[in-house]
Amino acid sequence: MRLGDTVVFTWRALSRHGLRTALSLVGVAIGVSAVILLTALGEGARRFVIDEFASIGSDLLIVVPGKVETTGGMPGVGGTPNDLTLADAEALERRIGSVRRVAPVAVGTETVSHGARSRDVALVGSTATFAEVRRLTVGDGRFLPPGEARRGGAVAVLGRQVADELFPGESPLGEVVRIGAWRFRVIGVLEPTGTQIGVDFDEVVVVPVATAMRMLNRTSLFRILVAVTPGADLERVKERVVEVITTRHDEEDITVLTQDSVVGALTGILAALNLAVAAIAGISLGVAGLGILNVMLVSVAERTGEIGLLKALGAGRRQILAVFLVEATVLSAAGGLVGLAIGYGLAFVVARLVPALPTAPPLWAVTAALSLAISVGALFGLLPARRAARMEPVDALRKGS
Amino acid sequence: MIRLRGICRTYDLGGRPVHALADVDEDIAAGEHVAIMGPSGSGKSTLLNVLGCLDRPTAGSYQLEDRDVADLSEKALDTVRRHRIGFVFQSFHLVGRLSAVENVELPMVFAEVPRRERRERALAALDAVGLNERGDHRPDQLSGGERQRVALARATVMDPAILLADEPTGNLDTASGRQVLDMLDRLNDDGLTLLVVTHDPNVARRADRLLVLVDGRIARRMPAAEIHSLDELFAVGDAGSSTDNGDEDGEGS
Repeated sequence: MRLGDTVVFTWRALSRHGLRTALSLVGVAIGVSAVILLTALGEGARRFVIDEFASIGSDLLIVVPGKVETTGGMPGVGGTPNDLTLADAEALERRIGSVRRVAPVAVGTETVSHGARSRDVALVGSTATFAEVRRLTVGDGRFLPPGEARRGGAVAVLGRQVADELFPGESPLGEVVRIGAWRFRVIGVLEPTGTQIGVDFDEVVVVPVATAMRMLNRTSLFRILVAVTPGADLERVKERVVEVITTRHDEEDITVLTQDSVVGALTGILAALNLAVAAIAGISLGVAGLGILNVMLVSVAERTGEIGLLKALGAGRRQILAVFLVEATVLSAAGGLVGLAIGYGLAFVVARLVPALPTAPPLWAVTAALSLAISVGALFGLLPARRAARMEPVDALRKGS
Repeated sequence: MIRLRGICRTYDLGGRPVHALADVDEDIAAGEHVAIMGPSGSGKSTLLNVLGCLDRPTAGSYQLEDRDVADLSEKALDTVRRHRIGFVFQSFHLVGRLSAVENVELPMVFAEVPRRERRERALAALDAVGLNERGDHRPDQLSGGERQRVALARATVMDPAILLADEPTGNLDTASGRQVLDMLDRLNDDGLTLLVVTHDPNVARRADRLLVLVDGRIARRMPAAEIHSLDELFAVGDAGSSTDNGDEDGEGS
């Protein structure tokens, strides 16, 4: 019996029981579409993160208080690192040749209000260099005034959305806003920039770093951003940064992140997560295989007479085996294709709804899901097919008549 | 053509052996038309299944066209069934989801006959049973007689040496039964060896000779023309089992 004939024969058998066939397809379809959708989301998340951190810029070092030990642990957790201070930031700028700009950063959450309107914002304390290092542009007015970081003036730069919400239809420049218990004069509004590294710069208020640390009652900076002279050796500068701070703190209690190290670590984690999600979705394919097993057992039992007849007409065991094996495989492959369509459809919808998330099912997941679906069909089809092939023709004819 | 010696077929029925065939000796020549009769459970169908290589005897030897079936592998038996033997069943055994012509094509599918040749031969076979117009109908769109004629086309499309028919008219009305029997007769006239299991004396009378099976043994051999009534046949069954002179009678006709 040729494969083409077997497939046609199978197709006639399956299409006769449309509903039953469709139902047994559903399991496989769900499994495959789950793999595709979930890995598409995972891949989207991975690309999103890469894109986000790519916006850091390849010339930027981020100094974080706390040492990431080789034994694990998070920066700032475990041990009591020395404060990362404004003096440290100044030292980095003074003592390292290939440092172009240094921006100390303090971060907290505060309520900002103007008249009756108020909202919670991310309060960012920094210096005039912050705009340059973070590549922010000021739409109206100006950014924080350049000058000594320690002199904390009561001036604020608003994110675009904050400005729009507190001052609908009017210019906030020169107006006074209240942040927590403090009063600030608005000197500028940022251009809309959207989200960078998980911070929506349209929803922040930037104030001088010394002021922010007093308001937030902090002694340590959150970060020091170090912009390196273009063309400088990033690793070399990184070592110098560690040296300078270690000398000042008498111990190595900081972590220096680069775009590459952050992106590398995160993509590693996300890739592992994605694989895990795909594996879990893959398990559902195994369950779907049980559905196929069930349907095929019913089909074999139902077609006992037919099997006897086929044997009488000269079909060998192998041919009977092939008929039912192909039937199970066609079932699961069809389910796989339906799942493929559904998975891609859902991924497309998600991509439309959340444009920021570049969802795209990775090729490896699609290939793996489809081939797993087909092998599941063949595997679970084996038992019923063998049962059919081993039937004695006489018994089969008698029972089936 | 067919040579049976000491054929036994024993089934195990809940631990108790049942002798469906017990020590059957018989020779059937090429081109013969033999009817097999006997009460229910006498082993008629078992004999037909053994002859059709669907069932293997538990003891004895079966030579088909000078080859001992016991020596053949399962694969070789498949080939024998495919090319040398045609089956016609009481309940037709057509595949319901396939059209008439596709049913007729089935044996050729297993024999891997090319698609185009398959269709031509199937249509020719349907033509021979007078169903050339009905090829694309499914079995449930055909009458009983038409269905059996499709089955007949299927049984003969591979040009077998032997046709085994198990109650071929059992599910048919008289008119369509007669039509099918006429076709069987014509095939036999063309040289096909024909074995028909039946309950119906009118069917059996068309044969050259008759074998009467009782309790798995050939109880009687007689020329088919001498059949009168069922009662008479089976009543003398036991008495006839002792006389073993039927072989010469049968082969001569």
